Formats: sequence, structure tokens, C-alpha cells
Amino acid sequence: MIATESLSKRFPRVTALDRLTMDIGPGVTGLVGANGAGKSTMIKILLGLSPATEGRAEVLGLDVATKGAAIRERVGYMPEHDCLPPDVSATEFVVHMARMSGLPPTAARERTADTLRHVGLYEERYRPIGGYSTGMKQRVKLAQALVHDPQLVFLDEPTNGLDPVGRDEMLGLIRRIHTDFGISVLVTSHLLGELERTCDHVVVIDGGKLLRSSSTTDFTQTTTTLAIEVTDSDEHPDGTRAVRDALHARGVDVLDGSGGLPGAGHILLLTAEGDETYDLVRDLVADLGLGLVRMEQRRHHISEVFQDGDQAAGAQRKEAVGHGG
Amino acid sequence: MAVEQPVGTPVPQQGDQTRIHNIGYRSYDGPRLGRSYATRSLYSQSLRGAYGLGRSVKSKVLPMLLFVVMCVPAAIMVAVAVATKAKDLPVDYTRYAIIMQAVISLYVASQAPQSVSRDLRFKTVPLYFSRPIETADYVRAKFAALASALFILTAAPLLVLYVGALLAKLDFADQTKGFAQGLVSVTLLSLLFAGIGLVIASVTPRRGFGIAAVIAVMTISYGAVSTLQAIADAQSLGEEGGSGAIAWIGLFSPVTLIDGLQSAFLGATSAFPGGVGPSNGEGVVYVVAVLGLIAASYGLLLRRYKKVGL
Repeated sequence: MIATESLSKRFPRVTALDRLTMDIGPGVTGLVGANGAGKSTMIKILLGLSPATEGRAEVLGLDVATKGAAIRERVGYMPEHDCLPPDVSATEFVVHMARMSGLPPTAARERTADTLRHVGLYEERYRPIGGYSTGMKQRVKLAQALVHDPQLVFLDEPTNGLDPVGRDEMLGLIRRIHTDFGISVLVTSHLLGELERTCDHVVVIDGGKLLRSSSTTDFTQTTTTLAIEVTDSDEHPDGTRAVRDALHARGVDVLDGSGGLPGAGHILLLTAEGDETYDLVRDLVADLGLGLVRMEQRRHHISEVFQDGDQAAGAQRKEAVGHGG
Repeated sequence: MAVEQPVGTPVPQQGDQTRIHNIGYRSYDGPRLGRSYATRSLYSQSLRGAYGLGRSVKSKVLPMLLFVVMCVPAAIMVAVAVATKAKDLPVDYTRYAIIMQAVISLYVASQAPQSVSRDLRFKTVPLYFSRPIETADYVRAKFAALASALFILTAAPLLVLYVGALLAKLDFADQTKGFAQGLVSVTLLSLLFAGIGLVIASVTPRRGFGIAAVIAVMTISYGAVSTLQAIADAQSLGEEGGSGAIAWIGLFSPVTLIDGLQSAFLGATSAFPGGVGPSNGEGVVYVVAVLGLIAASYGLLLRRYKKVGL
């Protein structure tokens, strides 16, 4: 989908991208970096709007330096900032943007109705955008990026300014863009945690350099953590403790699931080593006569993996320093 | 953790949203008409927008009102000419726009910022540039749209006059020639006014500033030039070649530029004090100035939008 080769972008005073080489396949890819890490610059270059200082990049097999218009016809873009005129309705605006992407008038109308429904805008789409909530505006911005059925869509900080519920809805929507609509996604965020549920692949850049590029499953599915919650009974007033002790007796280590959060002490985390772990928990809870409220897989957070990575890197550095001294 | 619903599985307990989402996505295999179609779409959207079409009722009021104000005097003149069986129309075709210059300036002042400042203010410009069109396409579409809107505004009353003149059975050849000259004149006027209006409006994302700045440039320059011309006229009374200063001063406002150009080449009677327009030699300077200004405004717009980008 996207390939860059020692791509650099230098401004008079800053280097936004520094010899970045990466290869992004189909699916949902997260581009993570702190503010100013070069994410937006990257998108501008990939849309063929800003020439790279050095190196080359291809999007959908087209060179960004020469085939900008052809790329922009097949790619959607949702900017980070507000971009909606308040005095027109969502329908009118998205129809106009569909035509700007080259769709004939009738197709533009049909696709607009479809797309707005898919992003979750119904009756309100005939009202002026000025009266929309932030969440609805984000949906309109997403709709205009999808209305011409692109092969690839760039979403620049789509969860910015949303409350936790809106954030979850937007992330679910992004996931569906790939699974249901078959459109590949490059989504930027400065929050690593957000992307782990949404992305197949995560690219981390910092200071214009590639920090890490790997698939999310690599990060999160090497081990499975099992979360268990049980009820209390008269016989065992503290069911959680009873299960913990029983598991301990069977030689299964229970991780600390509290994480310092109130109420989280009722959740036990343990490492699943296959089906037998599930069976063990089921039998054990049944023997104790407790109710099993939940037993679910917990993925590791990418951020933990990065912390581990950082610590490992730090340790290596120390080692190197040690050797040097 | 994100729960993914398989396509086509209704999940009633999650409410309408999920159910409707599951209707399924249809991809688009139809034609993609590309860059020139997109430019034309932007042109027609901007042209319609210049008369408030496809926008709120409130934004239709002013342009429509100005359009009516432009046409009513022409209709009255025609009515008078027909009723009194006059030999000629009370006003030349070329003179009409000069008489109505305040209305035209007001129209430019209200619609040029509408056309470009809004896109800047609401940051819609980056969205346009994420589509197949290029900077130059955007500038051309906006320029052409405002010039066309101005042409409609200024040519419509001429059409009323022309049709009226034919109904009044005035001399056909004479009227057609006058009408044609009038059309050339308002075409140049439309291009010139659109260029100046857009350049000023594209500098500011604030519509109010845009409106004020365009009115200031259009009317203050016209007022200043007219005053200076009147002073020059008064001082040169009885002197030979006094019209020279008047003609040179006329180069400094858009209205007098068009006036001078058409009295030199399009057989118009000049509205300059003393009724003497520029000579043919001076007229060439007027033509160069008008065309130069149109080209310069196009160039400035291109430069301006090169910077806007994403």
C-alpha cells in the first residue's frame, strides 16, 4: 500500500522526517508519534502535496512525486483540524466533496447517503453542520474521506477532542472501515493505547525517525492473560481470595490485577498456557461453589511492550557502556 | 476490547445504530471523472454560491436584491422608451455599468469574501487540495465563477435594454452594435472586478474584513479619482490639452479604468468630467493596465494559494 525509501523532509529550521524507510501493507496501520514527530508531514508527502527533500515514496504503487493527482483520486484524507463550513448541511457538503473527487452527480448523491449512514449520521444530516456536536462533526469529516470509496484512507488524529464514548465509537468505526468496507487505513495518533485495539500494524516514529514497525499481534499476543471475576458465597465470603488460594495450591501464579484502581481487586489475572488453564479455572470455581462472573482474555497493552522494549534497550545501552568502560 | 460485529448479523440489544450499520457496505465501481470535472464542479458550486443557491435563505437575500436593483432601472428605461416612442434609449449600453458601479462594487464586496474567505476560515481549502485538483485549478475555478457571476449581474440589464430596444422597433444594426460593445465592456469589467475582489478577499479569512476592504478599494479609489479629475478639470478650464491629466488620473480606479477603455475603443461617451475620455494613445495604456491588472490578480492568487496548502 505505502512504501517509503529513505524519505526525508527538511524545513529551514527543523528536520521533520529523517531518512525514513518503511513498507505498509493492507489493513489498519497506526502511525504513532508525539506531537511534532512528523506524522502530518508524512501524510502531506504521501498525498503528493509537499515534495520530499530526499528519498522516494509510493502510495498504491504510484510515485508521490509524479502521480499526485492519481493518488488523491484513490485515497481519502481526514484532516486533524476542523474543516467544515457551518452553514451547509452534511449532505450538501459531502455531495460536493464527492464531486470534487470525480464522482458524477447521481453517484455522488447515492454514495453520500450510503456513507453518512455508515458513519452513523441519520436525520441530522439535513441540518446545517454548525449545530453538530464534536462527535457528529468527526463523523462528517470521516464521511467526506470515504465518500469516493478510496482504496486507502489517511485519518489524522480522528479521536481528537472526543469523549471516551465517542472515542470508542470512532475506533470501532475505523476498524470497520477495513473489515466491512475493505478500505485500508493509515491512522495517526499520539496515544499508543488507542491503536492497539484498532490496528493490525503499528509504526512508531519519533523526531522524524522510525522507532519501530511491527504488527500488533507481535506486541500483544505472545502471551495471553486471563481475567477472572467470581461471586462471593456464604461459605467463602471473599470468593476472590478463595480462588486465588486454590489456584496457588495448584501451582498457578496469580498476577496482581488491582493496578491501584478501586474495585479492580476483584479481578484475578493469570497466564493462560492452553485449554487446560481454562478447564482448571472452571472446575476450581465449580468445586468452591462460586459463580464465575467473567473469564476473558486480556491483551497486553502495547505501551507495556514498549516500556519493556525501552528497558531492554536501556539495559543494553548500560551493558554497552559497561563494556566500553 | 473492541467487539467486532460480523456483517449481516443483527444485534438488536445494541440498538438501531448497529442494526443499520449492518446493512453492509457497497463499493463504488463507477467512473471517476478526474481533475477537470472536479474543477468544473467547483466552478458551478461557486457560481451558484455567488447567488446564494445551495446555501441558506439568508445568504440568497443580498445577491438577489442587488441583481433586481441592477435590472429595474433598465426595465424602467425600456418602458419609457417604448411608451414615448423615443428614437434612442436614454442610456448607452456601455454607460449602464458605469452608472450602476456602486451596486456592482457592493456585489463584489459581498460575494468575493463569500467565495474564498469562507474556505480559508473554515479550513476547507486543505480538503480541496486532498482531491485530484491542483492549486491552479482552484484559483481558476474561483476566478471564473466570480467573473461569471459578475457577468450575469452586469449583462442581464443590457439584455433587458436590448430586448426592449428591439420591441420599441429601434434601429436593429445600431442597437446590436451597441449591445455587443456593452458586452465586451462588462466582460472586461467582470474579470477586472473579480480579480481585484478575490485578491483582497483571499488575504483574510475574516469575511467582515474582506467586505470592508473590497468596498474601500472600489469606492474610495473611485471617489478619490473622480474628485482629482474634477479638480484637474476646474483648473484646466480654458487650457489646451487639459484632458491629459484627467485621463492619467483615471488609471487609478477600476471603474474609471473601464470607463476610459471603453470611451477610447468602444465608442462610449466618457463619464469623465468634461465628457472627454482618453485619446487612442492613452487608451492603449488603459487596455494594458486593465489586462495587466487581471493577469496580476491571477498571479497573486496563485502565489497566495501555493502557501495555503494543507
